[in-house]
Amino acid sequence: MDLNGFDHPGRPAAGGTTRSVKVMIAGGFGTGKTTMVRSVSDIKPLTTEETLTQASADDDHLIGVADKTETTVSLDFGKISLNDSLMLYLFGTPGQERFWFLWNGLFEGALGAVVLVDTRRLASSFRAIEEMERQDVPFVVALNVFPDSKEYPVEEIRDALDIPAHIPVVACDARDRASSRDVLVALIHHLKDRSAVALESR
Amino acid sequence: MSAPRRPTNPSGLERYYVLTRGRSGPGGSASSLDVATLIVSVTAPAPGMQHEHEDILRRCRDPLSVAELGAHLGLPFNILAVLLADLLEAGRVEARDPIPAHDAGRGPDLALLEEVLSGLERL
Repeated sequence: MDLNGFDHPGRPAAGGTTRSVKVMIAGGFGTGKTTMVRSVSDIKPLTTEETLTQASADDDHLIGVADKTETTVSLDFGKISLNDSLMLYLFGTPGQERFWFLWNGLFEGALGAVVLVDTRRLASSFRAIEEMERQDVPFVVALNVFPDSKEYPVEEIRDALDIPAHIPVVACDARDRASSRDVLVALIHHLKDRSAVALESR
Repeated sequence: MSAPRRPTNPSGLERYYVLTRGRSGPGGSASSLDVATLIVSVTAPAPGMQHEHEDILRRCRDPLSVAELGAHLGLPFNILAVLLADLLEAGRVEARDPIPAHDAGRGPDLALLEEVLSGLERL
């Protein structure tokens, strides 16, 4: 076994000052969250399993844990090396409604979120937008333009989804790396604008 | 495909019970672990360590997120968190939480946002 890199007392931990940031990709079921993670990630997207235990009267009992149920949810995620010492992790949120109870913890510590919308099924992302607002997570809305999507003017969709004027709405093709990258760029610009507003109002 | 070493399903709950010695969740320093928390080894594996602890130390010589570690080891987050708590308490790994866009009291981190932006623009 190669132990180089260890056994140097006083040496700083390997990886020096590498840090991470995370961005969540939210949206209804089938809106292209995993597709977007896959298209911008530097690594082959991976899946991590989060087992959630909650007190419940459900039928999913574990031996010896009679009053709790466990739900395993899968998060697809990818990584972008922004520079030598900063990693961006992208996590696709579980799209099924029955997992939304766990969204509270998921967004903690995230820079912000992208809410993907399938313009053919606007309603599927209503709940995600509501959750972002409720949890005060900064977000941008990305209209994932599917090949058979009708052309919708952005403002029409903004009205239909009741998205406030200060939230950016952009169109994208989640399958395309540059297009997905541009959505992330729009999110970071939005975060900077928010910061500027926050600083001015002090 | 190689034959299973045991007749039981090694990916099942029994395996997790054995790995964590029956503990169901981490306490102390590991209770705040995030899926994007980076884990870095600070010591080499020691003889006689639990196999999974050794595996984590080897994989985290370069910083690796909890999510990646979970995916590579095939362990769900809460099981991995128990194992990481052991290593954190023994001072064998270091954990670095993801940087939020703004910290309470410190205000928005514009320098960080600029850094993220220039990284994205280079893609």
